[in-house]
Amino acid sequence: MTKDLKNPPIDRIDGRMKVTGGAQYFADFELPNMAYCVIVGSEIGRGTIASIDTKKAQGAPGVLGVFTHQNMPPIPGWDAPVGGEADGPAPKPDTKEKYRILHTPKILFDGQPIAMVVADSYERATYAASLVKATYAKQAARTDLEKHLAEGIAPGRPGSSDYLRGKADGYQSAPVTLEANYTIPVEVHNPMELHGILAHWTGADSLMIYAKTQGVNATQNAMAEAFKIDPKKIHVHTEFMGGGFGMGLRTWPQETAVVAIAKKIGRPLKLVVTRNQMFTLVGHRPYTVQTINMGADTNGKLIGIAHAATAETASYEDFTEATVNMTKFMYECPNVSTRYRIVRLDRSVPIWMRGPGEATGAFALESAMDEMAHKLGLDPIEFRLRNYTETDPEHNRPYSSKNLKEAYQRGAEAIGWNKRQNQPASQREGDWLIGYGMSTGTFNAFRWEASARALLNADGSLTIQSAVTDIGPGTGTALTMIAHNVLGVPLNRIKVAYGDTSLPKAPTQGGSAIVSAVGSAVYDACTKIKNQLVELAIKDGSPLAGRQADELTLTDGVLFVEKEPEKKIVVSELMWTNNLTVVDKSADSKGGPELGKYSMYSFSVHFVQVRVNPLTGVVRVSKAVSVADSGRIISPKTAASQMIGGVAGGIGMALTEEAVIDHRFGRFVNNNLADYHVAVHADVPAIETIMIDKPDPIINPMGAKGMGEIALIGFAGAVANAVFNATGQRVRDLPITPDKLLRTV
Amino acid sequence: MNPFQYTRVTTPKAAVSALSQESGTYFLAGGTNLIDLIKREVVVPERLVDINKLPLATIEKTATGLRIGAMAKNSAVAEHELVKKHFPLLSMALNAGASAQLRNMATVGGNMMQRTRCPYFYDTSMPCNKRSPVQAGPDKGKPNGPSGCGAIDGYNRMHAIFGGSTKCIAVHPSDMCIALVALDATVNVSGPKGDRKIPFSDFHRLPGDTPQKDNTLLPGELIMSVDIPTNKFADNSHYLKVRDRASYAFALISVGVAVDMKRDVIQDIRLAMGGVAHKPWRLTEAEQFLRGKSATEANFKQAATIAMNGAKGYGENDFKLTLAPNSIIDALKTATKTA
Ligand SMILES: Cc1cc2nc3c(=O)[nH]c(=O)nc-3n(C[C@H](O)[C@H](O)[C@H](O)COP(=O)(O)OP(=O)(O)OC[C@H]3O[C@@H](n4cnc5c(N)ncnc54)[C@H](O)[C@@H]3O)c2cc1C
Ligand code: SF4
Repeated sequence: MTKDLKNPPIDRIDGRMKVTGGAQYFADFELPNMAYCVIVGSEIGRGTIASIDTKKAQGAPGVLGVFTHQNMPPIPGWDAPVGGEADGPAPKPDTKEKYRILHTPKILFDGQPIAMVVADSYERATYAASLVKATYAKQAARTDLEKHLAEGIAPGRPGSSDYLRGKADGYQSAPVTLEANYTIPVEVHNPMELHGILAHWTGADSLMIYAKTQGVNATQNAMAEAFKIDPKKIHVHTEFMGGGFGMGLRTWPQETAVVAIAKKIGRPLKLVVTRNQMFTLVGHRPYTVQTINMGADTNGKLIGIAHAATAETASYEDFTEATVNMTKFMYECPNVSTRYRIVRLDRSVPIWMRGPGEATGAFALESAMDEMAHKLGLDPIEFRLRNYTETDPEHNRPYSSKNLKEAYQRGAEAIGWNKRQNQPASQREGDWLIGYGMSTGTFNAFRWEASARALLNADGSLTIQSAVTDIGPGTGTALTMIAHNVLGVPLNRIKVAYGDTSLPKAPTQGGSAIVSAVGSAVYDACTKIKNQLVELAIKDGSPLAGRQADELTLTDGVLFVEKEPEKKIVVSELMWTNNLTVVDKSADSKGGPELGKYSMYSFSVHFVQVRVNPLTGVVRVSKAVSVADSGRIISPKTAASQMIGGVAGGIGMALTEEAVIDHRFGRFVNNNLADYHVAVHADVPAIETIMIDKPDPIINPMGAKGMGEIALIGFAGAVANAVFNATGQRVRDLPITPDKLLRTV
Repeated sequence: MNPFQYTRVTTPKAAVSALSQESGTYFLAGGTNLIDLIKREVVVPERLVDINKLPLATIEKTATGLRIGAMAKNSAVAEHELVKKHFPLLSMALNAGASAQLRNMATVGGNMMQRTRCPYFYDTSMPCNKRSPVQAGPDKGKPNGPSGCGAIDGYNRMHAIFGGSTKCIAVHPSDMCIALVALDATVNVSGPKGDRKIPFSDFHRLPGDTPQKDNTLLPGELIMSVDIPTNKFADNSHYLKVRDRASYAFALISVGVAVDMKRDVIQDIRLAMGGVAHKPWRLTEAEQFLRGKSATEANFKQAATIAMNGAKGYGENDFKLTLAPNSIIDALKTATKTA
């Protein structure tokens, strides 16, 4: 398939439904007798609830129940945190505090639910919630990572241990050295769609859930664990999601609480949180402080890099991410050391946010590369090329594919890199300074296990089934393309059913892994159908009897011999003669052991042109070019829109997004969409996307690698580098708001 | 939230008498600010008097200039032909504010009366003198929350550098009002004691010891309209808004400039700044300095220095001490087309 993949740029298959209101999101579902739940959050960051008065709320019109730690129904599986910790089981011994929603008067973070109010309408529940009053025995909340950097602990999880190649201080003896600190503030996913859940007990031990989850199977398992029931009795549905960006990568405690309360009140129960609560109940990108030490020789060869990162986590869960990993394998460098620490604070737990730790780390590494290139007087691309590596220096093995050189070159051409001056602050247009910057991004290309089913019907139509959710990247569209390429069924005759646990098991939508994982399962299931058709076609008595299987081509419902097109058989006739109403094949797909011989990564290069007003410090991204080296592109249009979305997110990360906490109160001061600045259209210029589009020969039969994360990873660095080129000012603390450029004047 | 009554009135008279009857009564115009305040329990009304049916939305030429009804929508004013042609500064300022959806709801009266965006004011668990004046006793503490000023020693990046007090350093967030104060507008109000006119620059006030009071409107008074006198500034007007993102963000600093130029000499000028004080900040001394001077960068710099007299930073907003004069220079250059 890889060689003859046809990938016309089709529109996303669910586009029409989405813009006409046909797509049903979890909160759109209405069930008879449904009740509504509203969460009351704590107003302190640490302490104990001294008293909680729910009397008024209980007496308010329409109220069905007010649940606090004093009357919360038990959750049988509570002993283990439901769904485990986000990134796997906690290492033993686990001495952390436990967070059990509404099961203790202890407050571990600001906004922690202290009551869940249930009423017969959302408005009545909201009103009653405003009547719940609590008093607290307050303690000082430790929320400021900068003040507690010394308390970093090694997370002790696989993949997060200290890394060393060569000498840890190898950079020190280099003729040219650099030490720099970079910070990333708290960022909040803030998709348009609010988080929540609708839970309906359809029997004593059977459950229907409409959720906002990136993985229906994961939610199913988490609820099965929590309520000690058979996962098969739990039906989870999430066909559409109004943006996830990582916040739906786990089952959150309040979801479990809603399920428990729904059982108690014997009615379907819906929770939709407020925008404020999106800042505390569904994770965030952790505040992270990084230090990079780098040394190079005067020819621009790297001698050593030391990369250390310290990130916040909650007091009750050790959240980790791969912040320093890129440094281990990105460049040829004999001495590399990395160190990753977390600090337990009185904050709600973070969760991966698009590009996760890699985006945080890439900002530091790629800013430092730019700083070093400047010190050496080298063009930043030239500096990267001098340290380019064709094999993975971390694992001493080849990359499954890497076309990064071509990506550098094509991106540079598109942005007009030759117009860049190596000397900062040397280009102006009127009063505005102009600068160019670039940065590399990379992310693991995964091949996870997944299942899919394909049904070829007698009328020539095809149905594809997989439990995977489509959080927006165009998963359904990509699966359609893959099936089309294997079976030659016209695109408009293919239907994809997804986002439901009644369908074949699929991994959680995340890690840019879905086209690779689920796509492979679809490819395999469709290939099985094709093989069966071919087998029947060359049987005795068939017009193609005696032909070899590999002589046959399948397109538009016809099997034929490529060199003698008149030798053919129509698939529907073939199925008729063989008494088949449907050819129904399932596949469980995973990578073979040979994948272990390679390092599999997707790569990206981002180029930006910025304009900076030297008087006001205002930065505008005036041009952006993002290049993806992510194997074969399955669906060009949705792939391009993935990149465009990543750039929009990257502009937010670089210039505007920051959730601010007043550490005196341990509380956010900008937890709404007016004050937390997601980039708006006016911040985002026309974006050019370039796809290298060369199949990866190893990872999967399509040759496709993921691209959701690389669309964002590195982008913020490209902007910071361009701002430096424009102004000569290096901003190492994101976001690059006007005040920071003024301050450094 | 508490249950409240809702009344709709159709005449200004009925509106005024409805409001003066009892405390805890508020006019409801576009609702884009008031409803949020109610949801967050910053305002706990007994009664809302809906004034959307009042016949106060006209924009019309008068003998001395333009009269804009208090109920005219922000978008309607911004797009009005007479406004665009004769008072482009107002049009620019309005379009720099909020979002298209909000401007379609927001009224001129509501825009003038909007409360500060200081985050402590909006969060009833945090201290704020504007929301909870010092006198609030223990039982008055809730639901309006504790007194004190959260911002002075806290997150004050958006806050005032002029005219703050030890009680409050909030800024008035409006863009429209910067244009109106620059253009010497007058506010026509009607109240229980009759009608009166308030010069726009006296409409809003500094916080002093009573930060709960944003303006000089008396209890029961209704804003009827705003008058703008004819001027010669249409060719050389500019509204510069410096903000954290390109649209849909409040000003870090904004500058409204309107100039009457003859060749390169400034005959007359109006200058006002937003994002710097509890009220729209008119720069009269800088105006004075520039009158009769030629439009040069050196003169602009000197005017900016004069304008910054008495400015004070509170930590996070110290950058405004640099940004404000820079913005004045930038806006002057653009307005006088010397950029
Ligand atoms: C997300 C967001 C972003 C925004 N961004 C900006 C911005 O960038 N720049 C900007 O300038 N503004 C901005 N705004 C504020 C917006 O301009 C105001 O909310 C709006 O102008 C208020 O008008 P309204 O008619 O909706 O007033 P309402 O909310 O109805 O009323 C506000 C107050 O005015 C009183 N009132 C209304 N009319 C009268 C009258 N005729 N006489 C006496 N009192 C009256 C009401 O009683 C109430 O107290 C933003 C608002 C939001 C929500
Ligand atoms: S600045 Fe004013 S509005 Fe803000 S907290 Fe202080 S008193 Fe309240």
